[in-house]
Amino acid sequence: MRGLLACATLARRAAASSAPARVRHLAGAAEAAEAELKRTALYDFHVAHGGKMVPFAGWSMPIQYRDSIMDSTVNCRANGSLFDVAHMCGLSLKGRGAIPFLESLVVADVAALRDGTGTLTVFTNEQGGAIDDSVIAKVTDHHIYLVVNAGCRDKDLAHIEAHMEAFNKKGGDVKWHIHDDRSLLALQGPLAAPTLQLLTKEDLSKMYFSDFKMIDINGYACFLTRTGYTGEDGFEISVPSENAVDLAEAILERSEGKVRLTGLGARDSLRLEAGLCLYGNDMEQHITPVEAGLSWAIGKRRRAEGGFLGADVILKQLQEGPKIRRVGMVTQGPPARSHSELVSGSGERIGEVTSGGFSPCLKKNIAMGYVKSGMHKAGTELKVVVRGKSYDAVVTKMPFVPTKYYKPS
Amino acid sequence: MAMAAASSRLFWASRAAAYLRISTFPRAFATVLKDLKYADTHEWVKVEGDSATVGITDHAQDHLGDVVFVELPEVGISVSQGKNFGAVESVKATSDINSPVSGEVVEVNEKLSEEPGLVNASPYEKGWIIKVKLSNSGDLNSLMDDDKYSKFCEEEDNH
Repeated sequence: MRGLLACATLARRAAASSAPARVRHLAGAAEAAEAELKRTALYDFHVAHGGKMVPFAGWSMPIQYRDSIMDSTVNCRANGSLFDVAHMCGLSLKGRGAIPFLESLVVADVAALRDGTGTLTVFTNEQGGAIDDSVIAKVTDHHIYLVVNAGCRDKDLAHIEAHMEAFNKKGGDVKWHIHDDRSLLALQGPLAAPTLQLLTKEDLSKMYFSDFKMIDINGYACFLTRTGYTGEDGFEISVPSENAVDLAEAILERSEGKVRLTGLGARDSLRLEAGLCLYGNDMEQHITPVEAGLSWAIGKRRRAEGGFLGADVILKQLQEGPKIRRVGMVTQGPPARSHSELVSGSGERIGEVTSGGFSPCLKKNIAMGYVKSGMHKAGTELKVVVRGKSYDAVVTKMPFVPTKYYKPS
Repeated sequence: MAMAAASSRLFWASRAAAYLRISTFPRAFATVLKDLKYADTHEWVKVEGDSATVGITDHAQDHLGDVVFVELPEVGISVSQGKNFGAVESVKATSDINSPVSGEVVEVNEKLSEEPGLVNASPYEKGWIIKVKLSNSGDLNSLMDDDKYSKFCEEEDNH
């Protein structure tokens, strides 16, 4: 999950306010909470462009602009989208011990990455569950750049810091720098590369999916990763915060209005269509990477050696198969949202939905969730329960919408 | 696996926005018609004799965004003023529909099963939801006229 709206959280908060007394109390609390929400460097820019700001992970973030969520989602895949994801936390780990240190905390084979390339990985806990997912990039053997989810920032930083202290006490050499002076933008969609190319001298046609570079964009020193959380070709751009608005304006201008400012609502639809996990919905502390369908992210050497937290649980699941698995589904009737129950044809409860909604691109209901192993094959017919009624659901391979990552041909 | 929580239902997007202090950005003016009555949960009712036609307002559909599913009640059931009888689903949210009047459902707009977007495109005409045989014409006294409803919406959006 990367910087996405947790709709269920909004639903839970709203549902709690059913009694008048609670309404007053909640209104007061929400008022205070809103005043304390952090703002990205682009806050005023969003409001000026018609952004509807909502609380997300302690920040005031745009859920949508003047375009509807439906139109924004479709436009990202047809043309492009520019997202503010500056609420997410970027940091660098530096030192001779940076790689062995990080490998003690994540499942990726960091050492095997070529300089200037990255991957999606998972921070694990002692039980093998996911603390967070993260995109990491190996800048050099002594420098790792990573981005963690906004909602997990505090626990991730506490986790990393505690382990870093222990690591250094044993003679290790690793330090961190948290890039709070920078802002992260995500430029996604078919026009992302042509538009960004107009703003930099670097030849972007030689930069592939998951590649990382430190380059000049529109005159600003940026960290550029060819990645995103939409299934589209695109980039995440870390820019000095004082230049964030200028860069956003330059991108929109150079695309001649085809790349649109896009909010968290559409971003959630895009990542769901791409079959990507939302941390807090589809991935949590008690869900392992194997259960979440992220076994591919556990490098070959890591499978042989372990060496990350919870390795015993995870390696056993890799051998024996997990008891539950994340699957995609197409459903009938109303959209099946988070926490909808999944039952078999005979009425046995076999799992639950963790994310779901209407797909703007496919014009049908899609969902993902966890089912008992054995019920996870594509084509398996289930029922999903929405407001007490059962509707047909069919297990479907993900991504729902094909990905368009830019890879060497 | 976590226990399934009871499914949550959002109030109307604008009601949720009011509670959560979400900054909303509706169109400058949502349409409000003169010959209708309005509930504070953003349903409208048009009464002709003892027959009442019910739908959600232009203001409500504007806040919801694209409607992708309308859950319709069965013909013959009773509805009560202020109580839920169905739901409207948009891309990102689910909202209850409360009945502005009490009575028996005598007709539902089956077209909405195939074309839920009619609620967005034509909230006061083709997007109607149910027709009710009124059991208590006094219900209308607790509803708002067009002028009061317009002011109510302005206050809610500014809140």
